[in-house]
Amino acid sequence: MISIDIEKKLKAYKGQHILRIKQQFAAGSITRIYGPSGAGKTTLLKTIAGFIEPEKGKIIINDAVWLDTASRINVPPQKRLAGFVFQDYALFPNMTVLEHLEYATADKEWIRRLLAIGKLEPFATHKPEYLSGGQQQRLAILRALAIKPKVLLMDEPFSALDPESKSTLIDELKVLFEELKATVLIVTHNPHELDGLTNLELVIN
Amino acid sequence: MDFTPIYLTLKLAAITTLLLLVIGLPVAWWLSRGRSFFKIMLEAVITMPLVLPPSVLGFYLLLAFSPQHGIGLWLQKTFDVQFVFSFKGLVLASVIYSLPFMIAPIKSALQQLPVSLAQASYSLGKSRWQTFVNVLLPNIKPSLLTAIVLTFAHTLGEFGVVLMIGGNIPGVTRVASIAVYDSVEQMDYHSANVYSLILFAITFVLVIAVFIFNKYQLKSPLE
Repeated sequence: MISIDIEKKLKAYKGQHILRIKQQFAAGSITRIYGPSGAGKTTLLKTIAGFIEPEKGKIIINDAVWLDTASRINVPPQKRLAGFVFQDYALFPNMTVLEHLEYATADKEWIRRLLAIGKLEPFATHKPEYLSGGQQQRLAILRALAIKPKVLLMDEPFSALDPESKSTLIDELKVLFEELKATVLIVTHNPHELDGLTNLELVIN
Repeated sequence: MDFTPIYLTLKLAAITTLLLLVIGLPVAWWLSRGRSFFKIMLEAVITMPLVLPPSVLGFYLLLAFSPQHGIGLWLQKTFDVQFVFSFKGLVLASVIYSLPFMIAPIKSALQQLPVSLAQASYSLGKSRWQTFVNVLLPNIKPSLLTAIVLTFAHTLGEFGVVLMIGGNIPGVTRVASIAVYDSVEQMDYHSANVYSLILFAITFVLVIAVFIFNKYQLKSPLE
């Protein structure tokens, strides 16, 4: 169970607005998050991951307190180990596909399986600059999964994929999410693209 | 023809560059993260040698490290170390004088990397040190090389600050730039020309090497 109750000031075109989220996500659930641009969807994910600290709030993951501003508890991202798929992929330009996964995990069998799921085996020795947009996005997803996260945060993870690759990948991911018993939060601009994958939704206005 | 000044110059440049690499990397990384009044002040102090006349910096270093009072006296009494008119003094002055040449390019390159790169590494459980070594540093290689070469080349050409704190002691503090000046003073134009040509050649080769390396990295060393 993920329990979130946060308040974070966001900069807006004219002044600022406050992002208030009070929500619980059942363990193992897959939630799609959508809403207008600038509403704070990415900020919510980054706050859960520990990259951004809210002014006020609490984040509790399966009885572990990740954040409690009142008690000055703020577990660093390295200890939260939440898988994160960045909107800009955030791939490491100096590493090949294989090195990305080896940087995240030492489990060779898991790496082999991830490469097969992402259909990136033929590109294992390629650096990101030699991959297409879709391949880069798949690598970003595989890297986040490499650490076998219990919480997976995905920011527009399928935006660069063609409909066929998206559908195949989503089918594979569904199996993986169940296997990992991961609680997944997916930010999307197109909620319908996740039909069949997600079982909950959160709208941020 | 005495080549000791050339040897001393290269030794000084190598030691200074090595020391500045060790000091500059963590300082540049720290300065690249966020802004605060203290960081702005520190950055201004680090940048001062770029605009300050070298003789001014040398003068204050000479006063500060004079073995007759202050820090200089304390260092002499406590550690039996004397910076004034010694090679150690040249190294200290060079480190301070070349500080901005090492720190500015590295800091600027680190600032240009997307924040999400480090965040992605943290999300994989990697520490700040692991992230710095495995992710940040390899992705600023052209700027790192530029910083190293600029620092080395700048140290080769130091004159005012070195003369103020080190003087002109043959075999100890008489580096090539001072040897050129000294030779001209003594009307020995041949020696002045040889020293100058060697300095010119070394600096030119270094700068060309950086341009060639950075061309392959699709980036101008001046960026």
